[in-house]
Amino acid sequence: MAFPGLINYWIVVILMMTGFYIVISQGNLIKKIVGLNVFQVSVFVFYISMSKVFGGAAPILDDSIETYSNPLPHVLILTAIVVGVATTALGMALVVRIRDAYGTIEEDEIQRLEAEESEP
Amino acid sequence: MIAEHFPVLVVILPLVTAPICVMLRHGGRAWLLATIVTWASFALAIALLRQVMDTGAISYLLGDWAAPWGIEYRIDQLSAFIILIVTAIGSVMMVFAPKSVTAEIPGDRVYLFYTMYLLTFAGLLGMAATGDAFNLFVFLEISSLSTYVLISLGKERRALTAAYRYLVLGTLGATFYIIGVGMMYQMTGTLNMADLAVRLPAVAETKTILVAVGFLTVGIGLKMGLFPLHLWLPNAYTYAPSVVTAFLAATATKVAVYVLLRIYYTFFGAGIFEGLPVSNLLLALGIIAALGMSAVAIFQDNAKRLLAYSSVAQLGYIVIGISLVTATGAMASILHLFNHALIKGSLFLVLACVFYRIGSTKVDDMAGLGKSMPFTMAAFVLAGFSLIGIPLTTGFISKWFLINAALEKGWWIVAVVVVAATLMAVIYFWKVIEAVYFRPRPDGALVVTEVPALMLVPLWVLAGANIYFGTNTNLSVGTARRAAEILLGGGG
Repeated sequence: MAFPGLINYWIVVILMMTGFYIVISQGNLIKKIVGLNVFQVSVFVFYISMSKVFGGAAPILDDSIETYSNPLPHVLILTAIVVGVATTALGMALVVRIRDAYGTIEEDEIQRLEAEESEP
Repeated sequence: MIAEHFPVLVVILPLVTAPICVMLRHGGRAWLLATIVTWASFALAIALLRQVMDTGAISYLLGDWAAPWGIEYRIDQLSAFIILIVTAIGSVMMVFAPKSVTAEIPGDRVYLFYTMYLLTFAGLLGMAATGDAFNLFVFLEISSLSTYVLISLGKERRALTAAYRYLVLGTLGATFYIIGVGMMYQMTGTLNMADLAVRLPAVAETKTILVAVGFLTVGIGLKMGLFPLHLWLPNAYTYAPSVVTAFLAATATKVAVYVLLRIYYTFFGAGIFEGLPVSNLLLALGIIAALGMSAVAIFQDNAKRLLAYSSVAQLGYIVIGISLVTATGAMASILHLFNHALIKGSLFLVLACVFYRIGSTKVDDMAGLGKSMPFTMAAFVLAGFSLIGIPLTTGFISKWFLINAALEKGWWIVAVVVVAATLMAVIYFWKVIEAVYFRPRPDGALVVTEVPALMLVPLWVLAGANIYFGTNTNLSVGTARRAAEILLGGGG
């Protein structure tokens, strides 16, 4: 297929790797969660792309529609979005608690504090 | 009849009880409710296992929507066995929990602990019961999210960073899993496990499916703490509240192993091991985990962390069993799932007792406890023997089958590895025993006594099970053998 045909999947891969890289490289705990979100969004795009049927309409019950896109992945991704929201909320809540306990949300500083703790 | 709804009841019951616990807003009442529900689930699990052993796999259609369109719950020998393990451990832990939880978690949050415990419990059971690949993801996330909360309830502030790190890695793992599922759906148009098993062989050679296998393996590997994806595990186990550590070590990683078995043997069939070097990779990782992590365990000075590394090493054995791709190998893995749940469950409960009395699980702080807490420490010795694999304990049975399976294939090197890792287990286990029995209690240390009976009885039930199932192997070996035969026989 020519260039535009697979562009969705190129975007998926780019988003996925961007998100993954942010999770690995960033030391700031909030930014890590942002990266995690980008990573998850890439999967949403992946599912929605594969459900598209060319020339198909929206999946509505109507006599005039004969081909329509696959609705199942849309439903799955609704579920996955909810899971993503829950994960983000919980992650943010943990970051708030970490800030209360350590006074910082930078990973290297937290590691320094923890290292001091274990060598009394 | 109500009996036909058992497959879904075992999952739904704890799931709907969890929000009721929130509404109770009272630690004691929440505990009572949670205990009743976990024991009810245990009873349901026994009924399910009996039914499955008599009549074969049970299929339950949620909302009566016919599979493969609707969500199907499918209980076969393997899932019934896993459900039995999770409910048995979960209900015994509940009896143990109240004293330990009150000591470690602030009073106004205790009811939330039981809520999260029930959610984790429901999530793990759902993963074992469901016959739908995407539904499995939903339950995986239910159990994971509640597990992060449970870990962050730990007393030290490092529990928070341990939970955060697990959250990041766990979410990556779960997302990898849905990428893999998405690719399988793309190629087959189905999410039902039985249906996938029928349709996947036709497309098994395509790149998409090979990539899917990679994503699924890494994703579930992260959840089960497969070396080298175990980085979240030692901290999470060390800083979580003691009961949580015991529950997670005995159940969560085991259910992840179950998912891995399902992916390899039910989704793809044993044929997947021919097209891809998965089994070689698993074998290598399993061997490194068993040897390397046992070696790391020797150098730990916190008993909880020591056992956490030992858990990663034991998972190495299980993975070695899977990588053999024989019925005996799979059976050894399934058997070790069960046995290791009993072993680590009782060992971590001992540490929960120790923490309850002395507020620490450092090996040096445990010096001399053998005299002051004789019954607790006797259970530790017993479970430790089982971990090492002394005859008449469960650990011996599973290692015996694992070595047999390796020799059956002529891979004597694997057998040597298992024995070598066992010797290392003797060393790190001895390290704790030496402190507990052969060192005097340090001057000025807390004077401690035995823990209350409410903690001692559940501990001894689990520790005693190590002996019972080490001498009377009908239930565990029989079920594991049937489960392995069905897995390798394809669907069933």
